[in-house]
Amino acid sequence: MLTHDQAADIFSRIKKHSSADEVECLFYGGRSALTRFANNTIHQNMAEENYGVSVRTVFGGRTARATTNKFDNQSLSKVVKASEDLARVQAPDADLLPVPSTGEDARAPKIISVPSRHFSETAALTPAQRSESVGKIVSVAQKHKLTTAGIFSSSETVEGIFNSRGLNDWHAQTSAEISITMLAFDSSGWQKANSPDAANLSAERLAEIAASKAAESAAPREIAPGKYTVILEPAAVLDTVGFAFFDFGGLPILDQRSFLSNRIGTRLFGENISIWDDAAHPLQSGSPFDGEGMRREKVQLIENGVVKRLVYARASAEKMKKSEHADKVGPIEATGHGFPIPNEMGEAPMNIVFEGPRDPRTVEQMIASTGRGILVTRLWYIREVDPYEKILTGMTRDGTFLVENGKVVCGVRNFRFNQSLIDMLSNVEQMSTPVRTSGEESFDMVVPAMKVREFNFTEVTKF
Amino acid sequence: MKDLASWALNTAAQRGATYADVRVVNDRGRALATKNGKIGNASDSQSQGMSVRAIVDGAWGFASSAELGRMSTEATAARAVEIAKASAQVKQADVSLVSEKAVKSEWTTPFKIDPFSISVERNLTLLMKIDAELRSVKGVTLAEANMNFRREEQWFFSSEGTEIHQTKITTGAGYVAYAFAGSEIQKRSYPNSFGGQWQNKGYELIDELKLVENARRIGEEAVALHSAPQCPEGTFDIILESSQLGLQIHESVGHPIELDRVLGMEANFAGTSFLTLERLRTLKYGSELVNVVADARQEHGPGLGTFGFDDEGVAAQCTPIITNGLFTGYLSSRETAALIGLDRSGGTLRAESWNRLPIIRMTNISILPGEKPLTLEQLISSTDHAILFQTNRSWSIDDKRYNFQFGTEVGWEIKNGKRVRMLKNPSYSGFTTGFWNSMDAICSQDEWTLWGTPNCGKGQPQQVMGTGHGAAPARFRGVKVGSAYKGT
Repeated sequence: MLTHDQAADIFSRIKKHSSADEVECLFYGGRSALTRFANNTIHQNMAEENYGVSVRTVFGGRTARATTNKFDNQSLSKVVKASEDLARVQAPDADLLPVPSTGEDARAPKIISVPSRHFSETAALTPAQRSESVGKIVSVAQKHKLTTAGIFSSSETVEGIFNSRGLNDWHAQTSAEISITMLAFDSSGWQKANSPDAANLSAERLAEIAASKAAESAAPREIAPGKYTVILEPAAVLDTVGFAFFDFGGLPILDQRSFLSNRIGTRLFGENISIWDDAAHPLQSGSPFDGEGMRREKVQLIENGVVKRLVYARASAEKMKKSEHADKVGPIEATGHGFPIPNEMGEAPMNIVFEGPRDPRTVEQMIASTGRGILVTRLWYIREVDPYEKILTGMTRDGTFLVENGKVVCGVRNFRFNQSLIDMLSNVEQMSTPVRTSGEESFDMVVPAMKVREFNFTEVTKF
Repeated sequence: MKDLASWALNTAAQRGATYADVRVVNDRGRALATKNGKIGNASDSQSQGMSVRAIVDGAWGFASSAELGRMSTEATAARAVEIAKASAQVKQADVSLVSEKAVKSEWTTPFKIDPFSISVERNLTLLMKIDAELRSVKGVTLAEANMNFRREEQWFFSSEGTEIHQTKITTGAGYVAYAFAGSEIQKRSYPNSFGGQWQNKGYELIDELKLVENARRIGEEAVALHSAPQCPEGTFDIILESSQLGLQIHESVGHPIELDRVLGMEANFAGTSFLTLERLRTLKYGSELVNVVADARQEHGPGLGTFGFDDEGVAAQCTPIITNGLFTGYLSSRETAALIGLDRSGGTLRAESWNRLPIIRMTNISILPGEKPLTLEQLISSTDHAILFQTNRSWSIDDKRYNFQFGTEVGWEIKNGKRVRMLKNPSYSGFTTGFWNSMDAICSQDEWTLWGTPNCGKGQPQQVMGTGHGAAPARFRGVKVGSAYKGT
C-alpha cells in the first residue's frame, strides 16, 4: 500500500518540479478485488492495484489539474508541466481562493474525527476466502432450487491531500461488499450489504433472505398501476432520496439548478423527516476531509421537514455571502464538503444519516399495519424527470409484493413509478430504525425503511 | 512490449493456464469546460498499466497492475492464475472459447487533426464564445460548455499468438443552457444532451459541429420552454429526431442483445434480457422498415464503437441484429459464442481501461436509413398530427429491457404537416417490441447521424464505455405520451 510517508516524499518531489504560486496534490488508490458469480458459477474474478496523484497548480487566479499513476521523476515532472500548461493560459478568476492552510480553519470545535475504518482482516481477504463465501451462497441457491448471481468484493484504499501551505491529511480504509440475486423461473429476490469490516457481512444470511424473496414472489400477479401505499425497504429509500442531495450545496443554489431554490427555511417534507450529513457516524464510511483538505463538519440538512442548511466548499461559501441569496439560505460557511477543484458541481453532502423516528417500526410491523399496499425490495434505473419538483421515474425489481390485510399475499409484476420525491418525503407514515444501506443508483447512506402513502405507479411491465 | 507479454504469458502457462492474454494500455485524457463565463474544468489525465486474463482449471482469473517491470508483470500473471484457481472452486462447467485465428496487426482511428495538438487557449476561447452566446439570451440562468479528448493506446498479446497494437482517438463537445424561473428549471442542449456529440475521430469533429452558430438558438429555446404548453397526455403518433432515436436504440435494442445479459451473467446488476435464445430468428422485433446492425468496422463511420479489434483480439465485424423487422443476431464474445453454438465471436468484448476485465459492450448499434429519399421536413409534411421529440432529458427501462419511458428537452406539435407549437416536459413510454413494430417511416441517409453515447455503465465493478448509434428521424404510430407527469 502507498503510505503517508511515501506520499509526502512524492509531494516534495512534485514541489521541486513546479514553478507555480501554489501546489496541491491529491493521492488515491489501493488494492481491490471482486469475485463475480452467475448461473451458480464464478464467471469473473479480478484484482487490481493502482495509485494516482492528481496535481493542482495555481498561478494568480488560474488553476488546473493533471493526474498520473506513475511516480518516477520523469512522470512527476510531466504531470506538473501538464497542470501548469493548462493553468497558465487561462484568464485569471478573481474568485479563486488560495489553497487552505491548517491554521486558517476557524471551525475547530465543529469539525469531526472519524473512527478507524481500516480492518486488517478485510484487507487480507484472499480469492480463496471469497470463493468459499460464494460457495456458501451457491449452496443456499441449490438448496432452494434457484440460480444465483452477484458479487463479493473487498478493498483497501487510501486518500490523501498535501498542499504548499502545509496542509496534509491522510485516510486509509477497507471495504467489503456482498450483493446477491436469486433467480427462480418467473421471479427473483435480492439483497446487498457493505461495510468497512467484512466481519459485519453474512453471505449466508443475505442469500437466505434473497432466496425467500425469490420463492415468495413466484408466479407474480399483474395488478393495475395507480397510487398505492408502499413499504420501501431501505435500499429502495436510498436509491430514490439519493437524487436530492446533490442539490444541497451552496453552488447549486447560486447556479439556480437546485430544487431547493426559494425553498430553504420552508417546510418541504413531513415533520417526521430529519436528515444529517455526518461523516463520523459509526455506520458511515469515507474520509474526514474534502477535496481541498477541509475537515468535514456535521451538518443538519433537514429538521422536522424544514430545509435548514446547505453544505459549502470554501469558494461557494465566499460567493454565497456576497450573493442576493445570502439572507435566505441559513448559515453560510465552508463545511468541508467541496469536491476537488476545478469542478462544476461545487459540493454535496455524501455521508447522509436519517434521524431515527420516535416510534420506529420494523418492516414486518409496517406490513401488519397495511390494509392494501405494495412491498418494494429494490428500485432500478431511476432517472430525474423534473428537476424542480424532483419527479423521478424508475422500476421496481427483484421482489415486489402485494400486501393485503396486514399480510404479504403474493408477488406482483414490476411497476414503473413517476413520483415526486418532495411528495414522497411528505407522505411517510412509518419508518424503521435507520441502517447502513447500499443500493445501485446512489451512494451508501444510513436510511430507514419507509411506509409511504399515495406512491404513484404509472405502468406495469410484463414480468 | 513483447518482452513484457512473454514474461506474463510464460508465467501463466508455467502455472497451469490453458489460455492467457495480456493487455498493456496507455490512456491519456483532457477535459475542458466553462460555466457562466469562467473555467469550469481544466484537467489532463494519464494512466498506464497492464492486465493478465487467464483460464486455469476451466475458470477465469484476472489481475492488473500499474507496474510494468518484469517482477511485477510476473507477479500479476501469477496472481491471475491464483484467482482463476479460486474461481474453479465454484463452477458448473469449464470455460470454452470458440476458436479465433491468430493475427499480428496494427490499427489506428482515422483522424485528420490530433486533438491534443490544438492549443488549450484556442479551445478555451471557443468555449467562452459559446458561453457568451448562450448567456446573451435574457432568461438563461446557467450556461455550461465542454470539450473532451482521449487517446487510448493498447498492446494485446495472447497465448495463441495474436499481437495487436491499436490506438483509438476520441473527441467530444457540447453545451447546455438552463433557464430557471418560477417553479421550473428548463434546459436545452446541443448537439445532444449529456456531453454533446462524441465520435472516434480527431479535432475535425469540433469544426463540423457548428457549435457557436447554434448557441443563441439553444439559449432562446431554453427560455421559450417556460411559456410553452405542457405536453398533453394520451396516445399520439410521434417522431423521434435522430439523437433520441439513437438512445432508444441503445436502451431497447443494444442492451437486450448483449449475450452475457441473455445468459444471466449480468443478472445481479445490469439485469437480463427479454430476448431469450428461442427468439433468435423467430421474433418479429419491429416493422419491415426496421434494419439494425452492430457494426464496429471503420466503414460504418467514426462511432464510439468503431475499432480494429476487440479486447480479446477478434476483428471488428458487422452483425445484422434486426433484418426487415426480424430479430437476427446477438452481441457475442468468444466465451458466449461457444455457449450458444456460434462458430465465431462477434467481436464485442471491451474493457474501460487496463485495470478492468473486458465484457460484452455495444459497438455501433445503428438503424439503417430508409432507402427512399425522405428528409425530416418531408416526414413532417406527410404527418397529420404528431409530436416530435428532440434531445433526451430522462431515460429509464426495466431490467429485461422491455418497458421504457423517455423524456426529452423539447417537443413540437405537428398538425397538418407543419410544426405548430413548442411543448414542454414531453415524455413517451411503451414496450420494446410493440414500439418498434409501430415504426412506419424513417428518413434517408442525408438525415442519418452516427451519435456517440460516452457514458454507458455496465459490469461489476462498473465500467463506463462509449457506444455508437447511427439513426435518422423516424415516425411511430399510436404511442403513449405524457405519463411521466400523470398523477404527479
